[in-house]
Amino acid sequence: MMMTNDKAGGVNRRDFLAASGKTAIGAAMVVGSGTLLLPSQGWGMELKAIKPETMATMIQMARDIYPHDRVADKFYAKAMRAHDDAAADDESKAAFFEDGIAGLDAKAGDGGYLGLGWEADRVAILRDIEDSEFFQAMRGSLVVGLYNQKAIWPLFGYEGASAEKGGYIDRGFDDIEWV
Amino acid sequence: MAAPYDLNDDSVVVIIGSGAGGGTLGNELAQKGIDTVILEAGARHEADEFINDEWASFSQLAWLDKRTTSGSWRVATDFSGLPAWIVKAVGGSTTHWAGASLRFQEHEWRAKTHYGDVEGASLLDWPITAEDMAPYYAKAEDKMGVTRTNGIPGLPGNNNFKVMEAGAKKLGYKRVHTGNMAINSQDRDGRTHCQQSGFCFQGCKFSAKWSTLYTEIPKGEETGKLEVRANAHVLQIQHGDDGKVTGVLYADADGNQHVQKARVVAVAGNSIESPRLLLNSASSMFPDGLANSSGQVGKNYMRHMTASVYASFDKPVNFYRGTTMAGIIQDESIHDPSRGFVGGYEMETLALGVPFMAAFLNPGGWGREFAAAMDTYDHMAGMWIVGEDMPQESNAITLSEEKDQYGLPAPNVHFDDHPNDIAMRNHAWKQGMAVYDAVGATQTYPTPPYPSTHNLGTNRMSADAKDGVVNKWGQSHDIANLFVSDGSQFTTGAAENPTLTIVSLAIRQADYIAEQMGQKAI
Repeated sequence: MMMTNDKAGGVNRRDFLAASGKTAIGAAMVVGSGTLLLPSQGWGMELKAIKPETMATMIQMARDIYPHDRVADKFYAKAMRAHDDAAADDESKAAFFEDGIAGLDAKAGDGGYLGLGWEADRVAILRDIEDSEFFQAMRGSLVVGLYNQKAIWPLFGYEGASAEKGGYIDRGFDDIEWV
Repeated sequence: MAAPYDLNDDSVVVIIGSGAGGGTLGNELAQKGIDTVILEAGARHEADEFINDEWASFSQLAWLDKRTTSGSWRVATDFSGLPAWIVKAVGGSTTHWAGASLRFQEHEWRAKTHYGDVEGASLLDWPITAEDMAPYYAKAEDKMGVTRTNGIPGLPGNNNFKVMEAGAKKLGYKRVHTGNMAINSQDRDGRTHCQQSGFCFQGCKFSAKWSTLYTEIPKGEETGKLEVRANAHVLQIQHGDDGKVTGVLYADADGNQHVQKARVVAVAGNSIESPRLLLNSASSMFPDGLANSSGQVGKNYMRHMTASVYASFDKPVNFYRGTTMAGIIQDESIHDPSRGFVGGYEMETLALGVPFMAAFLNPGGWGREFAAAMDTYDHMAGMWIVGEDMPQESNAITLSEEKDQYGLPAPNVHFDDHPNDIAMRNHAWKQGMAVYDAVGATQTYPTPPYPSTHNLGTNRMSADAKDGVVNKWGQSHDIANLFVSDGSQFTTGAAENPTLTIVSLAIRQADYIAEQMGQKAI
């Protein structure tokens, strides 16, 4: 059976996963009690404290905060993993994220945050809470946790460290042709 | 070869800080045969240890001790614990600086005279003139190898400069070039020329950019008259019954406390730590802090009117390649009140890597508009704007309720823009965006100020002891053997990046300290 990668939680995929005894949330899939998989990317994470369903919503929220359509979910997931590490050391932090996501789901109505198909509908909810401690904790960690991943720099055209390559003196520091 | 001095040796000059002011003063004194100890709070990282990675480098070099903020400036909201982006390491912020080395203009030494009474501003004329400073500027430019001085050619323009230059010329700007940079455009003084690595702010791994770390400090150490003690964080300046300073209390890397005796103490910890140290050194004789009979210690904090403009284009720029700040438009640095403000500003090329662009393009910004801007990263050009801000007595470094790792009151940095700063920033944003629009920008971004890199004025120089903290030599009005040797001496900020002036003042101060010691006046 063909696997589709429907970020908003496609019916086909959910049906498929239900039949196979697993739960799909967004592009992610929960296996057992503490594992979240991103099957389309061959990547998964073992969670220590945050529920996989909550983490799946956090990953979607992270994408909605900094929506780069050429950046795969696993990079947002990696940025969010730090919160699980922190929550493992501090129960109040786990509750902070569980409560924050529960609040998002409550605002979103029956299908929860992930049930909202359009980014604009999800972003409207985020705008409502953007001054909250929860939103700011998410955004503040993400601005470093996402953009500091070297693996995504090429997608922005950024070449990173240059000294070991001798700088750009012979590699295009002045190669602009259009001005 | 670095002379290790005994803690009880009370014949030494102790300098607190090893950056542009302290590092230069230390070498200048050592060259004159004066026994000198520099106490540097940070560690010593040589150039090959610098890291071409913005956050990793920030962790290595930045001053991250406890600080608090207040006031209406946006930094207090966006970066409440990080009012300034300055360095805690041997070499101080000369490891991090961009290299722009401009002399103050004649009128900027006499801001009060030229600008008149500006409501809410605590303007003063400097007690020294452009003429007094000219020979010291010349020495500093030679020492630092500033391009377009001493026959040194300018740096080649990188992609970011070429975009700015083309836009500037279309607007009719005339004074556009690759800057007066303390970055070698050719091999000089035992250091190689710029390799266009694009990591000026992270410490130049090629040592092409002047930093006291690998110029003044080793030269001073070679004389056998200078000791640089790293990881020596000064907590207090001590004095005797005669009111003269006698030494300093510092904590070493393990937190053990020591007293280094001194004949003379020179404070060069940058404009947040220097006044904080004077305030934290309060005693029964000096209950308001050392050198503070005027009440001016910590006051008149300036940070330059700053802003940035970034722009996206339909074609690639790759602006992160090459010397970060080798590009300038100087036409707006004049004093022309018809623009709606006094003083002027410089426009200088600037690029950030992806990690810092995300943090600083629009702090707090998010959503598709923000992400779309980031998606154009390699099609961006950028400039920093630096102009003269108004000194205001209410902008100040004070002692916070919060404590640092040694249990001492942390500094609080309070700042509100003056209306003149706001008018100048709005003008500069408009002109900066026009530069890029002139060459076909598809988007422009008027970016707010970053955490302060130019921290100035908190121990200001004044002719009259009641108006400031130090005299025209940087010697405190109150205590003859206590000096201030960093940018906190600045009476006013001028439009120019401050390092060249800090270095020039340090060279001049060294002559004066040597003369005063020779005369046994101190």
